[in-house]
Amino acid sequence: MEQWLAHIAPFLSDNAIFTPSTLAQYWQGLVRTVQLVFISLVIGLCLAVPMALGRASGRAWLNAPIWLFTYVFRGTPLLIQLYVAYYGFAFIDGIQDTRLAFFINDPVYPALLAFTLNTAAYTAEIFVGAIRATSRGELEAARAYGMSPITAYRRIVLPSAFRRALPAYGNEVIFMLHASAIASAVTITDLTGAAYYVYARFYSPFPAFIFVAVVYMLLSFALQGGFKLLEARMLRHLKPG
Amino acid sequence: MLDFQGYGPRLLEGAWLTAELALASLAAALVIGLVVASAKSSRSLVAKSVATFYTTIIRGVPDLVMMMLLFYGGQIGINMATDALNAHLGTDWFINVNAFAAGVVTLGVIYGAYMSETFRGAFLAVDAGQMEAARAYGMSGWLAFRRIRFPLMMRHALPGINNNWLVLLKSTALVSIIGLSDMVYVADQATKATHQPFLFMVPVGLGYLAITAVSELVVLGLKRRFDTGFSQAT
Repeated sequence: MEQWLAHIAPFLSDNAIFTPSTLAQYWQGLVRTVQLVFISLVIGLCLAVPMALGRASGRAWLNAPIWLFTYVFRGTPLLIQLYVAYYGFAFIDGIQDTRLAFFINDPVYPALLAFTLNTAAYTAEIFVGAIRATSRGELEAARAYGMSPITAYRRIVLPSAFRRALPAYGNEVIFMLHASAIASAVTITDLTGAAYYVYARFYSPFPAFIFVAVVYMLLSFALQGGFKLLEARMLRHLKPG
Repeated sequence: MLDFQGYGPRLLEGAWLTAELALASLAAALVIGLVVASAKSSRSLVAKSVATFYTTIIRGVPDLVMMMLLFYGGQIGINMATDALNAHLGTDWFINVNAFAAGVVTLGVIYGAYMSETFRGAFLAVDAGQMEAARAYGMSGWLAFRRIRFPLMMRHALPGINNNWLVLLKSTALVSIIGLSDMVYVADQATKATHQPFLFMVPVGLGYLAITAVSELVVLGLKRRFDTGFSQAT
């Protein structure tokens, strides 16, 4: 027991690792992670809604390409997508002299591109499922009231589909937060990148990685709690009693 | 063109490593998942809370962070443990962490948590009367599990296992970041050397889709096997 304590004590008392400068590093990592996740989720959501509508429309020429897009982006690892976005533009001859130069000079842009398309694919499939689960009776009632297909979608199908999609979308948001950790693979100093920096500098994996693990966990629980509250509000009509 | 600038054999080796890693991790995850699911549905409060603590932590932390912690921390942790033992026993042990084994353990530990949730739900879905009937026939606990509960449970667990497996397969790509030479690692190295990202990244992406397609066939066969005796109407 005493020997164990002797081993653990340095970790507790020795604050050589969590100095103001490394904490600042972690803070910048946190800001980066939140930026990446938030921006890609917002743009991804905007792309997902029209894709879901196209997929649910029943028109093959609309459905097939969107299906292919979601199949490829959901079937391959996000890391591959990130590498394609990162390297795919960087090695084009003379790109440094064009207006696209900003895109390859900061790895955040390729990361945003890959994350956005990835979350758009997953979110579109979640929405398609929710739209298809609309009960026939509701659509018939809408038609009986004389609503045009567009009005029926706007007033009946979409509001209930978004509500039904909420729990699955909450999972996707947390999945995206966790997936964003791979941004560190293309030299972005996000939370994981900051942890890796601290680990490499002090060669002490436990404090460096356990600290970010806790930060990610707090973020995940906050998001989970937020979605629980949102579900309680939006799905109030489904509560028993 | 098709020899991938000389990287063809290494890419194939990488693909083989990805498949091996994914299957070994799947086996580890299934075993861990079954054990943890049993712990969760056991009457022991300690077993229950340990299992819940484990799944909560795993689901809150990104795979990559978990992997880095176990990968980089694993060797140091084991060294500390062997050092302490050596000081105690006067021995001179040293255990070198094998990268492949570390990858399997990490992925197994992560996806074991997700599998346990799937198994727990599936255990609950088995009609209690089935197990009562098994006991009435005089089957022992293990025999009843093997013949009655497991096959019935698998019918409910299969879709969840399939989902977890597909996520696990894609997660194996992360081991390339920590230096295991799976197909993503080879493609990354080749891209950096030849500056031809599409020549390597696109085939690797197709490799994942191919593994997925094969596994879909296997799952279809398993589904048929576990659906025997149930009508398709439901």
